[in-house]
Amino acid sequence: MGNEVDFMVHGYVPLNIFGHEVWLTTTHVCLLIVCLFMLVIGLIVNNKMKHATEVPGMVQNIAELYVEMMDGVVQSSMFRHWGKYANYILTIFMFLLFSNISGLFGLRPPTADYGVTLPLALITFVLIQFNAFKWKGVGGYVKDLMDPIPIFLPINIISEVATPVSLSLRLFGNVMAGTIMLALYYGMLPVLATVVIPSFLHAYLDLFSGAIQAYVFCMLSMTFIYQKMPE
Amino acid sequence: MNGITNEGLVLACSAIGAGLAVIAGIGPGVGQGIAAGHGASAVGRNPGAKGDIMQTMLLGQAVAETTGLYGLVIALILLFANPLFGKL
Repeated sequence: MGNEVDFMVHGYVPLNIFGHEVWLTTTHVCLLIVCLFMLVIGLIVNNKMKHATEVPGMVQNIAELYVEMMDGVVQSSMFRHWGKYANYILTIFMFLLFSNISGLFGLRPPTADYGVTLPLALITFVLIQFNAFKWKGVGGYVKDLMDPIPIFLPINIISEVATPVSLSLRLFGNVMAGTIMLALYYGMLPVLATVVIPSFLHAYLDLFSGAIQAYVFCMLSMTFIYQKMPE
Repeated sequence: MNGITNEGLVLACSAIGAGLAVIAGIGPGVGQGIAAGHGASAVGRNPGAKGDIMQTMLLGQAVAETTGLYGLVIALILLFANPLFGKL
């Protein structure tokens, strides 16, 4: 069993920023590839939509299908205020879907790095707190923290902090577990090729689990933001 | 015969700890199975609402999965990014 198990975590270029040594790693490269891919898709769809026809061609059809589907999803979660968040949820869902699936295309999924999922969850956290302050004011926010009895204050604070932590850890744990299991499986491949073909594992761990985690991230973000809004 | 070195002890206990940490996967397994059972009986009672029931069930199951994942993350940290190795 002389095969080397490769988790695809390499440092490529060391940079020196403000006296700290920071490495450019696989995650940076894969994140750049996913973002460039989304940019190219955006430019193509923009070009096609400028000459939109009544009977849509393929690109226009898929784009309209996706936007309408995500608009429906956001509307069903955020009833009156869906207009302001539809674009963001649409983008985040597409980014998470592509980056979770990118394991199938030979990349290491960028969401397998906690440094990618934590900022996404922190963006949601900032949105939640901003909405809480905007719709309730500072007094109402503090009063909410003491709901139902003032002794609940530390518990409510912990539950506010636990929201981005659990959002980021859920996504990170799912994708990272998938990449580790697949890397171990590939390391033992010549022996195990008779047991199950890797593409089945990829289909479950990357496609299915990745798509569900992207959907759950978006749904939970919308639910938490909507909870801070008035009835 | 030499004694157990400090690093050896830390590594051995990290390995045992990693194994114990993943036992936390029992909770979500039981809970999600029960939720799936309730979901299936709800679809049986009201076959028209199958889409809504499945969406709600998947959302609830992914949220309940989180605590099992906490155990897995601790185990992975202990195995691959051990912070206790080299202290003391």
